[in-house]
Amino acid sequence: MILFIEQVLNGLQYGAFLFLLASGLTLVFGIMGVINLTHGTFYMIGAYCGALTVASTGSFFMGLLAAMAGAGLYGLLVESTVVRWLYNRDHLYQVLATLGLILFTNEAVTLIVGRSPIFMNIPPFLEGSVTLFPGLAYPLMRLALIVVGLAVAFGLWLLVNHTRFGMLMRAGADDRQMVDALGVNMRRLYMSVFGLGAILCGLAGVMAAPLLAVEIAMGERILITTFVVIVIGGVGSIRGAFVGAMLVGMVDSLGRAYVPQIFTALLPYSVADTLAAGLVSASIYVLMALVLLVRPYGLFPARS
Amino acid sequence: MKMGLKGKAMRSGLLATALATVMVAQASAEELRIGFITTLSTPAGYIGEDIRDAFMLAIGEDGKLGDTPVVLEVEDDGLKPANAKQSADRLVQSGVKLFTGVNFSNVLAAVQPTVMKSGGFYVSVNPGPSVFAGEKCNPNYFVASYQNDAFHEAAGLAANKLGYKKVVILAPNYQAGRDALNGFKRTYEGEVVEEIYTKLNQTDFSVELARIRSAGPDAIYQFHPGGAGINFAKQYDNAGLKDSVPMLVPAFSLDAQMVKATGDAADGVYASALWTTEFDNDASRDFVKRFEEAYGRTPTMYAEQAYDTANLIASALDAAGGNIDDADAFRAALAKADFEPIRDKYTFGPNQHPIQNYYLTRFEKNADGEIVQTVVERIAENHQDAYAKDCKMD
Repeated sequence: MILFIEQVLNGLQYGAFLFLLASGLTLVFGIMGVINLTHGTFYMIGAYCGALTVASTGSFFMGLLAAMAGAGLYGLLVESTVVRWLYNRDHLYQVLATLGLILFTNEAVTLIVGRSPIFMNIPPFLEGSVTLFPGLAYPLMRLALIVVGLAVAFGLWLLVNHTRFGMLMRAGADDRQMVDALGVNMRRLYMSVFGLGAILCGLAGVMAAPLLAVEIAMGERILITTFVVIVIGGVGSIRGAFVGAMLVGMVDSLGRAYVPQIFTALLPYSVADTLAAGLVSASIYVLMALVLLVRPYGLFPARS
Repeated sequence: MKMGLKGKAMRSGLLATALATVMVAQASAEELRIGFITTLSTPAGYIGEDIRDAFMLAIGEDGKLGDTPVVLEVEDDGLKPANAKQSADRLVQSGVKLFTGVNFSNVLAAVQPTVMKSGGFYVSVNPGPSVFAGEKCNPNYFVASYQNDAFHEAAGLAANKLGYKKVVILAPNYQAGRDALNGFKRTYEGEVVEEIYTKLNQTDFSVELARIRSAGPDAIYQFHPGGAGINFAKQYDNAGLKDSVPMLVPAFSLDAQMVKATGDAADGVYASALWTTEFDNDASRDFVKRFEEAYGRTPTMYAEQAYDTANLIASALDAAGGNIDDADAFRAALAKADFEPIRDKYTFGPNQHPIQNYYLTRFEKNADGEIVQTVVERIAENHQDAYAKDCKMD
């Protein structure tokens, strides 16, 4: 039972982390109609800025600021130099341009920082673990990720549903020309959405950095899973991104924890072992396929 | 005016090209060209850099291996077998007969057949995949480092020696991961309570850590090279497991560069190894000092292996009079392994893979507070791989 609760917490934590990345991606994809492959790169930039700042100042909060500022500024730079010119183009152009930006950024970071992965300490106040109840101690850093994920989800829900900015965002997604004609500066609105997505990536980067290796191309690996999340949740919807992230987190964690046990109980070891390892690797794609069978536009599509 | 400048630039360009061609022609007349295909980009690029830099260190400023002037034709494979094969084809066609440098088994699998087909030589600086160690061994293929299974077999012996009765073993779900765990199980005598396969490229191990905690083993053995290995060590420490369940790894799951990124999480981890920077002999100390002076960083085991490989080639070139066209003489000279390696002296088995000593090592803080890989004890003496008996050369 304790193991099960711990695995559920692990699922929550992974889900919260995925949500930080998926929320920005789904807004940019759903509202601006841009396929932005550099999204994972913003996460990498955030992790690097955070880790380097913590290394030189020793303060986690400075690192947090630097990660969000670094990723956000790089996001704005990418938007204003490349992505802005591709809003009305075919998705293929966006994919090509942002793929090129991934390669460019990876090489640029290699030139500046080098190829060796870098190191970031867990901030002292998040070190160690807390005993949630007897027999279950859970690392504080991972709990912090869950809290941050939930806080961001709540904040975004407020922003999208209860502010003028959110209203314009939703309206702009439906009919850009009409909103433009009403005198709203759509260019600035799009820039803000893009920058917000990048800042959330930076936040994810600095929260993950103490647990993970801060290294070149770390963003590409997580990007595919992030796309799976927004496809499951429905493109453009914050609620969808949240539900999708939590579903993927849970399926991944519980699958990794229990599928091998179930298979070895049912089948001879040599077969079960290979089969279970394969199914675990594919579990989130199986989930995506199942969801799309029932709801082809995802669970909560923004425009249904 | 514009035209004039252009014409001038073109003329000097042509002149430069002509000069370069003459120089290359001269070079090929005197110097031995060595095809050096390695991984310089991607996150694993630091390994290729270490391999290349250590090889260059062995060549030295006079550009010679032993008494033979050499030119390294360095190519980046980007960790893609297809790229490496193209480079190998191109180099073979341009007349290169001696190859080395590859640092991944899957890349070597693409390069080795190309080189063998051309009648050239390949000397491996790092991987020793099982496919080429047994029935498919080749008279012109030498592995100067180790056979892939050996580190895991040595780790199994280390686990016996450390008295671990119950272990959990983990590796990514791909060929090398499965080979690693099989190698470990070949020599380990205790009980494997759980065998966990992680996803390739997995970054978060929280689920596996919870499974380890609930299985309650004496120790774990895990094989996760690169970024995944760093993540694993950090998360293992963060979950509080490091202090209760010791961790054993093969040396490439925690090298000198990776320790910089794990920090204290590496403190106390055991590893099977061929060599470490703390080796207690003059050749090793001298190598570490020269490498640090030349490049300003600590050499990894990959650097040591490349340095030994270069010196092995140098010894064979000297014995063959700097001429590899007499393939039989060069081959015989290589097979003798008549040189002073930095690690313990080794000999080649019938499949031309090393028969050598392996060590149990431990990452711990030295007097300066830096984490180094200290040698605990020798765990395997003159260890030979399990595939040598299947190799028949004629």
